[in-house]
Parts: sequence; C-alpha cells; structure tokens
Amino acid sequence: MSKILKVENLSKTYRSGDHDLHVLNKVSFEVNSGETFAIVGPSGSGKTTLLGLCAGLDTTDEGAIWLCGQNLVDLDEDGRALLRNQNVGFVFQDFQLLPTLTAVENVVVPLELRGVKKAMDQGKELLAKVGLADRASHYPSQLSGGEQQRVALARAFANQPSILFADEPTGNLDDETGTKIEQLLFDLNKEQGTALVIVTHDLELAQKTDKSIRLRSGKIEETIG
Amino acid sequence: MDKENKAGFLWLLKMAWRDGKASYGKLLLFVFSITLGVAAVVSVQSFSRLLKENIAQQSKELLGADFLIESDKPVNEKVQGIIDSLGGADAREINFLSMASFPGNEGTKLLEVRGVETGFPFYGDLETEPTAAVNSFRKGEALVDATTMLQFGLKAGDSIKLGAITLPIAGALETVPGSTSVFGAIAPPVLIPLEYIDATGLIQTGSRIDYKYYFQSDENQDLEMLNDELGPILDAEQADLDTHLSEARRMGRRYENFGKFLNLVGFIALLLGCVGIASGMGIYVQMKLKSIAVLKCLGASKKQSYLIFFIQIACMGIVGGLLGTLFGYLLQQLFPVLLGDLIPVEVGITLSLQSILLGLSLGLAMSVLFALYPLMKTLYVSPLEALRVVQENRSRSKLAITAVGFGIVLFVFSFSFWLLGNFQRSLFFVVGLLLVYLILTGIANLFMWLLKKFFPHSWGFIARQSLKNLFRPQNQTLVLVLAIGIGTFLISTLYFTKDMLLEKAAIEDRANSANMILMDIQTQQVDAVAKTIESSGIPVIDKIPIVTMRVESIKGRPVNEIRSDSTSQVNRWILNHEFRVTYRDSMINSERLLHGEWVSNVEKNADIPISISNDFANMAKVTVGDPVAFNVQGRIMNTEVRSIREVDWSRLQPNFSIVFPAGVLENAPQFGVMTTRTNSDEGSAKLQQQLVREFPNVSILDLKRILSLLEEILGKIGWVINFMAFFSIFVGVAVLMGAIYSSKHQRVKQGALLRTLGAKGAQILKMIAIEYAILGFLGAFMGVLLAVLGSSLLAWMLFETTFAPSSIPFLIILPAITLLVFALGVGNSIGIVRNSPLAVLKKEKE
Repeated sequence: MSKILKVENLSKTYRSGDHDLHVLNKVSFEVNSGETFAIVGPSGSGKTTLLGLCAGLDTTDEGAIWLCGQNLVDLDEDGRALLRNQNVGFVFQDFQLLPTLTAVENVVVPLELRGVKKAMDQGKELLAKVGLADRASHYPSQLSGGEQQRVALARAFANQPSILFADEPTGNLDDETGTKIEQLLFDLNKEQGTALVIVTHDLELAQKTDKSIRLRSGKIEETIG
Repeated sequence: MDKENKAGFLWLLKMAWRDGKASYGKLLLFVFSITLGVAAVVSVQSFSRLLKENIAQQSKELLGADFLIESDKPVNEKVQGIIDSLGGADAREINFLSMASFPGNEGTKLLEVRGVETGFPFYGDLETEPTAAVNSFRKGEALVDATTMLQFGLKAGDSIKLGAITLPIAGALETVPGSTSVFGAIAPPVLIPLEYIDATGLIQTGSRIDYKYYFQSDENQDLEMLNDELGPILDAEQADLDTHLSEARRMGRRYENFGKFLNLVGFIALLLGCVGIASGMGIYVQMKLKSIAVLKCLGASKKQSYLIFFIQIACMGIVGGLLGTLFGYLLQQLFPVLLGDLIPVEVGITLSLQSILLGLSLGLAMSVLFALYPLMKTLYVSPLEALRVVQENRSRSKLAITAVGFGIVLFVFSFSFWLLGNFQRSLFFVVGLLLVYLILTGIANLFMWLLKKFFPHSWGFIARQSLKNLFRPQNQTLVLVLAIGIGTFLISTLYFTKDMLLEKAAIEDRANSANMILMDIQTQQVDAVAKTIESSGIPVIDKIPIVTMRVESIKGRPVNEIRSDSTSQVNRWILNHEFRVTYRDSMINSERLLHGEWVSNVEKNADIPISISNDFANMAKVTVGDPVAFNVQGRIMNTEVRSIREVDWSRLQPNFSIVFPAGVLENAPQFGVMTTRTNSDEGSAKLQQQLVREFPNVSILDLKRILSLLEEILGKIGWVINFMAFFSIFVGVAVLMGAIYSSKHQRVKQGALLRTLGAKGAQILKMIAIEYAILGFLGAFMGVLLAVLGSSLLAWMLFETTFAPSSIPFLIILPAITLLVFALGVGNSIGIVRNSPLAVLKKEKE
C-alpha cells in the first residue's frame, strides 16, 4: 500500500502576545492510501493545527510533510492550493459552505476548478448520492445542519480525492444525524478508496478507523493500530 | 506541475455572478452610489458640451450675420474704405443706452436703443408679438422688449419717448440677435428704424455709441482668413471685426466658466460616491473573508479568489456607469428649465456615444480604483481561516498600497484637471481633499485614543457599552467619520462658496452710499441737473467729471508700433480702448494704494502724475515711474505713472482705471456722472421721470433695481448650483446609508448576544442610538469646521474677500446630518429588537 501522507518530526510554534506557544512538538505518523485515520485529543492539544498543516493550509516551522508524494515545503501557497484541488477533500465542523452559492453550486466548485466539463450534471449526481437531489437549488441558509454537512460531503468527494480531511465532521450535529453522516463518510471512503483523516473528540468514531493517534499538548501520547 | 488549476476566466465570471446575485442587496447601495455620482458628472458634462455645440451651430443666428465691423465712434475713411471694399455693409446699426419714458403711464427705464436697417437680421428671427409687428416697426415704430412691456403694462399702439422723439410701439420683442439676456435684464433692447436715430438727439459728447456694420458672406468665404487679414488693420483704426465663429467662441467661453463650476460640483458628487464605495467595500470584503478561505481550501489560487471579487466590482461599476449615464440624460432635461433664458440658444438634449463612454469609464474607474485597497485583503487571507479564527496578520504589500494610493490621487487630479483645465487649481483641489482626508483620519484616531485613555468607568452600563463600541476591534468610527466628514465638508463648502459668490455681487446698502448713478451729463447741464435733484429734496453725493482719451504711447513707444510688434505683451484692449478718465485730489473707498505715492497736485515742468489700476498696469506692462502719453481728443498729454491702485470693481459705483490729479483736465471737453441717494421707490421714480423729461440724454442707473435684477440672475444660477449641491447631498445620504447598512452587521450580532444575556430591546436601541449620534455629530461637526477653514482659504486666495461664515451649516446641515446618521443607524437596527435573538443570529450567519 502506498503512503498518501507522511508526517516527520513536525513542530509548530505560534506567537501569542509576548511569548511563544508550542502547539506541535516532533509529531510523526503515516497514512496509507484508502486507510482511515483518526486524530483525537482534548481541546487545545493541537489536532486542528495538525490537520491544517497536513492539508497545506499553513506552513511548518520544523519537520516535513509529504502529501500525495509532494513535499509541502517545496510548494508555495498557490502550488499547495493546486495540490489540494487535485488530491484533497475537506469536511469542516461548521460545514463551511459558501453562503452565496446554492447546494449544487457549492458541490461543483472543486470540479469547475479542475476544468471538468458538465460539472453541473456531476454535481447533481453527487447530491443525489447523499440524498439531496431535491435540494440542489437551495442556499445553505435554507438547509438544516445535517443537510448542509451532506452537501459538504458531496463537495469533498466531488473531485474523487486521494485523501479527505475531516475536522470534527459530526461535532455540530445531533447524534442521529451525526451517525448518518459518519456512515456516509465511511461508505464514500470505501466506494472511492479515499484515505480519510478525521479530527474528533468522539472516541467511538475514532475506534471505527483503521489507525489513530492521541495528541496531548502537541505531542503524540498514544498510537493505536 | 502546473502552477494553477484549469478553471479559466469563464469560471471566474460564473463565480462572480453566483456570489453577486446572492449579495445583490448589499451591492445595490454601491451601484446606487456609482449611479448618482456618474449621473451628476455626465449630466453637467454632456449639457456643457451640447450647449457649446449648439452655440457653434447657431452662431449665425446669435450674431444675425456672417460677420460685422464695429466701432465705438463713427468710422474713419480708412475703415469706410474697408467696408466699401467688402461690397458695402448689408445692414447698419447704431446703438446706445438711453432712458426711455412711456408717456401713457409716466414710466421710465434705461434701455438699449438699437437703430437697425432693413435686412437685419440675416439669420435668426426677430420674434415679436403680434407677429406682424416685425414688419410694421420698419415704417417708423418701435419694438420694445417683451418683459419691459409686461412690467409697464404696455401694449401695441402705446408710445415710447426716446430723447426728442415719440414713436408708437409696434409690439413686444421676444428675441433679437445680438442682445444677451444677462445684459438685457439691466438694459433691455428697443428696436427702431436706423433713420430715426438722429432725430432722438441722443448722440452727444460722451454718449457711448456703438456703430455696427453687418455683412452676409458667401458660404465659401474663409472668415478666419478675413479676420486675420483685416483684424489688425481695423484694430489700428479702433474698430473690430467679429465673425459668427469668433462670437460663438466668445460666448462658449463665457458659459464654459459656469460649466466648469457645475462640473466641479458634479465631480464632488462623484467623489462622494467613491467614498461610499471605499467604505462599503471594506466592510463587504471583510464579510467575504471566510468564503475566500474556503475557496482557497478547495484549491482556488490567490489570483482567482481576488479576481472573483474584482470582476464583481468591475461589473458593478459598469452597471452603475450605464444607469448613471441614463439617469444623467434624464437629469439634463431639467437644466434648460432651471436656467431659463440665461442660456443663449435652445439646447436639444441627446444621448451621445461620448456620454455613454464617459459614464462607463467613470463607473468602472471609480469602482475599481476605490475598491482596490479593501480588495487587497483577499490576497492575504489564509485558507487556515476556514478551520479556525486566525489572528489577523494580513500585512499588505507597502508597494501595492502606495500604488493604489497614487492611482487614486492621480485619478482625482487628472479628472479635476480635465474639468478645470488649470494645473494649479486642480492641484489645490486634490491637496485640499487629501488634507481633509488626513485631518479626519487623525481626528477619528485621536478621538478613539482619548476615549480609551479617559474612559468614564463610572458611567452606566448603556453609556459605557455605547462608548466602548466606538473603539473596540471592528469599530466603525474611522469609516463613518471619514464618510460623514468628507460628505459634510463638501456640502458645507459648496454652501459657503455660493454665499461668497452672492455676497460679492451685493452692494453695501449704507445710509449715505449712492443708490442712483446719472451718466452722460453734458458740462453745461451739470448745474441744472444738480438743481433738479436737490429741488426734490434729494442730495447730490458726488459729481464726477469724465474725459475720454486713448493711449498714444507707452514708455515712449507709439501704440501703432506696439500693435505691429508681434512679440509685445501689451494687451490689445489697452491700445484700442477709449478710456473714461476722471480727475480728483484723493482716493475713494473702493481703492487701495499698492505702489508709489498718490499725488494730488500737478508739478510744474514735469510730466503729469497719474494713478492707474493694477489691472491697467498688468495689461499695459507699466509700473511706477513709466511714462504714458494719452491722446485727449486730439491733444497729446504726457504723463508719468506715480501710483498703482487696487480697485474693487465689484462695487456698484463709478470706478476708474486711470485717475488724473486735479488742475489738468478741468478745461478739456468732458461730461459728468452724478451719484445720489433716493430713500423711496416712489421718490426714485418721480426723480427719474423729471430727469428724463428735462434731460433726455442723461442715462440713469437705478442701483437698487440693478441689484434686484442681479439677485434674480444669481438666484437662477444659484438654483442650478443648489440643484447640483442637492444632488451631492443625495449621494452623501446614499453613501451614509451604504456605510451604515454595511456596518450594522458589526452591531447586530453583538446586540443579539446581549439580548440572549438578558438585555432589553430598549437598552440595545439606546446603545446603538448613542453610538450613531456621537459618530454623526463628530463627523458632521468636523466636516463643517473643515469647510469653514477651506472656505476661509478660498476667500483669501481665490475671491480675495473676507469670509464671515453663515450659521446655516451649523444650524441646519450639522443637526440634519447628525439626525440622519442617528435615524439610519437606529432604523437599521430595529430588526434586532423586533425579532428573537436566535432568528437574528441565524439571519446574520446567512
């Protein structure tokens, strides 16, 4: 199995007021293609920072990240954006749909960025897959939380990414809706062979993944699987 | 690997459209700002151009002929030779100002008597009522200005007395080529056949007579060449050649100045629109940052996420530009109605390609340029912001900020230069605006600093919250103080300027100052006229002797030699004009000594010491000590400039370029001017009737009447200025609405959260009300204050007068704008109180 994500001795420090805040300290792990991977830990342990760095949303201070075979340090912001567009999907805790775009317009953004023809047709198919065929022309504000997260899932899987990063994907949803979203996430993972990296507080969800790490104060406290 | 994804320009357009259609409510106000700004400029610009074009097209109708030769004295043999060589004049005219009386109702009025030969006008029409009067007057009747007829209740068949003759009135004269409406308001025209002029007996010494010879030419005749050939020869003989082309140019220039002022007012409206774009766009972009971060997460490049919003704004500019052009076209239709007979030709309003291009380019330039700075934020948004709140650290490139700032200043300067055509004034305008911007920014920051430093911690919860809102992160103090301050500054400056223009034209109505001037009094009539005045119980304030003369030589060079010297800087008017000169032993209150010394007595064996005005000195290129010789009706008098005076020509009283000392000109052929003061309209009318009866050649200027006419004319101009100022105010309001509407989002969330924590609706409204009232007052007060400073500078540098600010901006504009900001702010926030906190928060999230 090829490695889709490799993190080596990763450290990150932020400046807060007049002192440095060491958010991540020498973190290393690997994720293989098609694998599901969870990052757990208490609030402030550095989970979201780690996710952001792995997806190339921020730059590292120390260490290296290889995403889809590319060393992120070698890429500038636009280079990392292109890599994300071609290989990465995102699911956020608060959905992060573009509020001024309809459901289907949100879904087709990654496809259109890749220059896919007939993106709208594909977008509608994806929405149908997540059970929202009849909500295609609705704006995010006209959808419930669960519906919004399903649109976000359809968008995340639209460009058939090699890896999908999910930041607390069920954190803003009730249990029932959360379970449905989880199921959808894992179904799509299986169907498309997409590696899944999930940041979560939810230990039950973490247990469903192939591998997981537990962070505490920026360090890996435990590796499972 | 490619540097960018495959989404092309079409995708950017699509995204701009998708986002724009969902945000149209927020964008509408920006489009509105652009529309009004562009409409103001396009309407004035297009109307000025159309007026100029129409003047050029109708130039023959304005002159009544292809060209004319005119002189203020009977033409000499040489000029007559030229007239003959041109085939003789096709029609002649003699005109002068004279008092006319209407025997039917004892009325008197100063009129411009125009004796015209049959044939005139060759172009354009004499419009009369009844229409047949245009022919019947040729048989020895008079056509009297229609307004005068109305004023004195005259009708066809009544009679008019001009000097020694009384003529029947053929009808009312509606329009006649060669009479301007502004001058016509003071001395309206009366047309009589030329052959009756001599019989009036009004052509006497000192009378200001104008002799005109009208010509029709072949269509192929090159009038410019004719002017070049004959102009200098006629100049030397104190005559002029005017072609319909030069007349159109002259008239065009006159309206150009007025147009320039209006253009500037329009431009101010445009700038207000720009302030609206800059302030609103800053808040708009702030609201879009999260979406931009998400787009970047999904793989959009920096450039793409920037261009989506850039395209949106450019499209907004184009739509605003087009709507503005259309609105400007509609607005133009009002100008002829507002200006009435102040414009000399009928102007057909059309929508030209030039106007459309102007509107489009203005809309595009103002939207893009003023949105560039806030848009720069999009470049520095980290995609990480989609995951969590990132500490704001968007260091924008200093070079880019400088470039945008420079671009804005260049745009404002270039556009003002295009409108004003004067480098220095444009620079003054731009530097002034820049200073206002900097001062307002400084004041807003100082205000926030002072508030923080001396915060009244002991005050109640509501007051403390309101005051804290003024300096908290994401406060709107700077943006609103700038928008309100600049808007108020521009509106108040316009108001003060208009005041100054009107003030300058008014005469001082002091108890002992003259309000009636009697002109063209023959030497032998002086005592008799004075006696008539005094016998009515009215004092003669001043008797001013006048001697006419022409310049013979300047610094030893004869005028003919100067005329033929193409390098000479001496103004032609100095060389050709017949000056009306007085003599006295002291200066008067409208004069101030600038250089040299005032000499009241003649010195023996020396050149005559004279005093000249600074205008004369500039035009004749002479200074104290220079010799100037005058031809006083055939006798050469050598003089020396001994003093230069500044003369306030705006005072309605006899003023002189050249003043001789007493004891030189007493025996020269002369005539007199007398000033007097009447205390009532009735007394004034009675005296005028008596004077016209006894001394028909004496012209009377009733200053009171002239002043009220001037006020009427300025009132009309003021109407247009007010109209455009109102437009600026309207744009200012739109800008305020835009800024406040955009800024309300900052307060809505906070208000809803406070309600969740238990604050009452009334408490929240009070907080918002106090915040907006303070912002409104601070911005408006600073705006008016800066306008006082700006207007004082204008008064000192441009109008050369002292400036006493009217209280209107303080009493009306300041409270009105404060109230407007207050009402808009509170009105916008009522939704927070009416709806549940949850509904408000949900709506805000959308």
